[in-house]
Amino acid sequence: MKILIKNGLIIDPATNLEQVLDIFIEDTKILKISKNIDRPADLLIDAKDKIIMPGIIDMHVHLREPGREDKETILTGTLAASRGGVTGLLAMPNTTPPIDSAKNIKLLSGIIKKSAIVDVYIAGTITLGRMGKNLSDIKALRKAGAIAISDDGSSVDDAKLMLKALIQSKKEKMLVISHCEDRSLSKNGVVNLGFTSTRLGLRGVSNESEYRRVERDIKLAEKAASSIHIAHVSCRESVDIIRKAKKRGVKVTAETAPHYFSLSEEDVLDYNTNMKVNPPLRSKDDVIAIKEALKDGTIDVIASDHAPHTENEKDIEFEFAETGTIGLETELAVSITELVLSGILNWSELVKKISYNPARILGIDKGRLKPGHSADLIIVSPYKEWVVRKEDFLSKSKNSAFLGRSLKGAVEYTIYNGKIVYSIEKHKTLFQG
Amino acid sequence: MTRQENKKKHKWVHKDLLGLEYLSREDIELILDTADSFREILDRPIKKVPALRGKTVVNLFYEPSTRTRVSFEIAAKRLSADVINIATETSSVRKGETLNDTGRNIEALKADIIVIRHNCSGAAAMLARHVNISVINAGDGWHEHPTQGLLDIFTLRKRFGHVEGLRVVIVGDIAHSRVARSNIWGLTKLGAKVTVCAPPVLIPPGIEKMGVTVKTNIDEALVDADAVNVLRMQFERDERNVFPNQLEYFKNYGITMDRIKRAKKDIIVMHPGPINRGIEISSEVADGTNSVILEQVTNGIAVRMSVLFWLSQATKKIGHEDID
Repeated sequence: MKILIKNGLIIDPATNLEQVLDIFIEDTKILKISKNIDRPADLLIDAKDKIIMPGIIDMHVHLREPGREDKETILTGTLAASRGGVTGLLAMPNTTPPIDSAKNIKLLSGIIKKSAIVDVYIAGTITLGRMGKNLSDIKALRKAGAIAISDDGSSVDDAKLMLKALIQSKKEKMLVISHCEDRSLSKNGVVNLGFTSTRLGLRGVSNESEYRRVERDIKLAEKAASSIHIAHVSCRESVDIIRKAKKRGVKVTAETAPHYFSLSEEDVLDYNTNMKVNPPLRSKDDVIAIKEALKDGTIDVIASDHAPHTENEKDIEFEFAETGTIGLETELAVSITELVLSGILNWSELVKKISYNPARILGIDKGRLKPGHSADLIIVSPYKEWVVRKEDFLSKSKNSAFLGRSLKGAVEYTIYNGKIVYSIEKHKTLFQG
Repeated sequence: MTRQENKKKHKWVHKDLLGLEYLSREDIELILDTADSFREILDRPIKKVPALRGKTVVNLFYEPSTRTRVSFEIAAKRLSADVINIATETSSVRKGETLNDTGRNIEALKADIIVIRHNCSGAAAMLARHVNISVINAGDGWHEHPTQGLLDIFTLRKRFGHVEGLRVVIVGDIAHSRVARSNIWGLTKLGAKVTVCAPPVLIPPGIEKMGVTVKTNIDEALVDADAVNVLRMQFERDERNVFPNQLEYFKNYGITMDRIKRAKKDIIVMHPGPINRGIEISSEVADGTNSVILEQVTNGIAVRMSVLFWLSQATKKIGHEDID
C-alpha cells in the first residue's frame, strides 16, 4: 500500500527536522520525505495544520497478559496504544506467570505474535518470580528476546543482588530498569505523606522512600560502571540526585509519567481511587521539580506506566483499591496540554522524550522519521480539544486518573509498519454512533 | 447583610454529612442552633417529635461502637424515625458484599438515611457517591467523625455562650484521631484558637496547615486554655511500636487534678469516650467539677437529631451531590 501524506509539519528530532513537507510511504517503509511529492498513492492524507511525528515508544506498560486478561490483553492493550499514538511499547514482566525465564518469554512472544497490533518489546524480571531473592538468568532472557529487566512493582531490596544484576546486565547489553521504593519506609502508605495524608487520614508515603532507593541504585550502577534507568520519578529529591549523577558522568536515564507532571496530591482529596498510583501523586512543589527536570533534560523519557485494573478492584475503599492509572490513550494529549502548550517543552523536545529517547535507551532503531526506515508515525491535531470519557477507551480497563478532563492534542492517524492501525474517524463511528 | 440576617437566610443543601471540612461556618451554626431546640426536648417528660415520622434510618456499623450507635438510634427515635441496626464485620477486600453493593441494597430497601461507621478513611465519601440517599459519617478510619466534632463544639458553645476566640487544647493521639480532625475543622471555622498537644510521633505531618498550633508540652498548652479535649489513647493500635509507654504517657500528657489546678479555674474537660481511667485522664478529673463528659453524651443526641433533621430536609430537594 502506498500512502501519501501532504503538508504536515514533520518533526524528527534525530535529524533536527521541523518543516512542512510531504511523506511517501510504500509498503512498510518511508520512501521519501520532501517538498511537493507528486506520486500516485492508494491513500492521500491531507495533513495541513497537523503534526507528523514518529510513533510513541512507551517504555513502561502493563499489559497484564498472561494471567490477568480481565484487566487487559495484548490485543486490547495494543489497541489502546494505537489510539494513543504508541507504535512500540515495553511490556512489564509482572504478569502471571512473571516473565522470569526463557520459557515464559516464549509463551509471551507467542501471544504477541498472534494478537499485538503494534510492536511489543519484552522486559524480563531482575529476580526469579520478582521475589528479590535469586537473579533471573539474564543471559537466557536476553537470548529469548527480552531487551530490559525490571522487578517493576517491587524494588530489589538486596543491594548485593542488585549490583550483581547490573554487572551481568552490562555483559549482556541488557537495560536495567529500577522501580525505586524502599518498602521499609513506604510500607502500607497509599497517598503522599504530608498535609494530604493527614487531611485524608490515610497512611503516607514519603519522598524519602523513593529517593533513598534512587540514590542507592545510582551508586550501584556507578560501581558496576553500568547504565541504569530509573522508572516513574515523582519527587524533587530524586530529580536532584539524578541531575547530579548525570553531571558526574553516571550512565543514568530517567522517566516520569504524565500524572506526575499534571496532577498533584490535591487531586486525591475526594478519595478518587483512580488517583491512587505508586509512587503517589506528590506535592505541587514536586510537580514543579518534575517539569524543570523534563525541561533541563534530567528526565529523559515520558512513559505512561499504563496500569489497568477492573472496576471491582478500584471501586472499593481507598486503602484496598489497586494502585495505578491507565495512560496509553492520554499520554500524548496530557504531555501536549501540560508541557508543550504551557511552553515547558517545544515539539521537538516532546518527541524526544516520548519517542526518540526511549528508543535510544532501549537500543531499538525506532523513534525517527527517515527514508528507508519502517513507517511508524502518527498524525496529530495539535490543538484539538477533547474530553476524556470512559466509553471511548479502547483499553479493557477504564481506571484513568484523567477521566472528565479536557485535553488538547488528538491523534488523527497512527501508522504502524506502513499500515493505518488507528484513525480517529473510525473510532468515532465505533464509539459515538 | 449582617451575619445574623445571613444566618437566618442560610439554607441546608448537603445530601450527606461526611466531615466538617466540607461544611461552611453557616452550615455548622445552623446545625448547632437547631440542636439547641432539640436539646430542650430531651428534658421534657415526653421526649418525642414527629419530624422524621415515616423515615427509616439505617445504622451500618463496620466497627464495634456502642456509644455512637446508641446515640444515633435514640436521636432517630426521638424524631419518630424507624431505626434498623446493621452491625457487620470489617468489610474485607475479597470476600463478601462490597460496601457500595450493601449501600445500594439499603437504598433499594427504601431507607432514607444511612449512618455509617467504617474503619477505612473515605468509606463514607465513597458510599455517598454511590447512593442517592443521605449518608452520615459516624466515623471513618482516621479521617473524620463529624457528629462528635459538632457535639463537642455544641457543648463548648452551651458552656461559654460562644465559640469564637475560645482556646481549645486537643491532647492525645492526634495522628490517628478522626475526632481531632473533625474538632479542628469545625472549631477553626468558628474562630476558636486550637492547640494540639501530643508526643511528636503522634502529631501528623502538616497539621499546622489546618490552622492549629502544635505543642508537645501539655503544661504549656494548658496555660490560658478554656477547654481541653482529651482523646482516647489506643495503645493496642501501636503497630510500629512508636508510642510512648502507658506510664510515661500518663506522666507527661495525662490530664490530672494537679494539671487542672494549675490551669484556668473554669477550664472544662471533654472526652469523646469511652474513657480510659488512669491512662489519658485521672478518675478525679473525669468525675470532677470541670468535667463535662456526661453532658457531651446528652448533647450528642441533640446534635444528631439536628443532623438527621437537616439531612432529611435536604434530600427532599436535592438528589445527588459530590463532596466537592
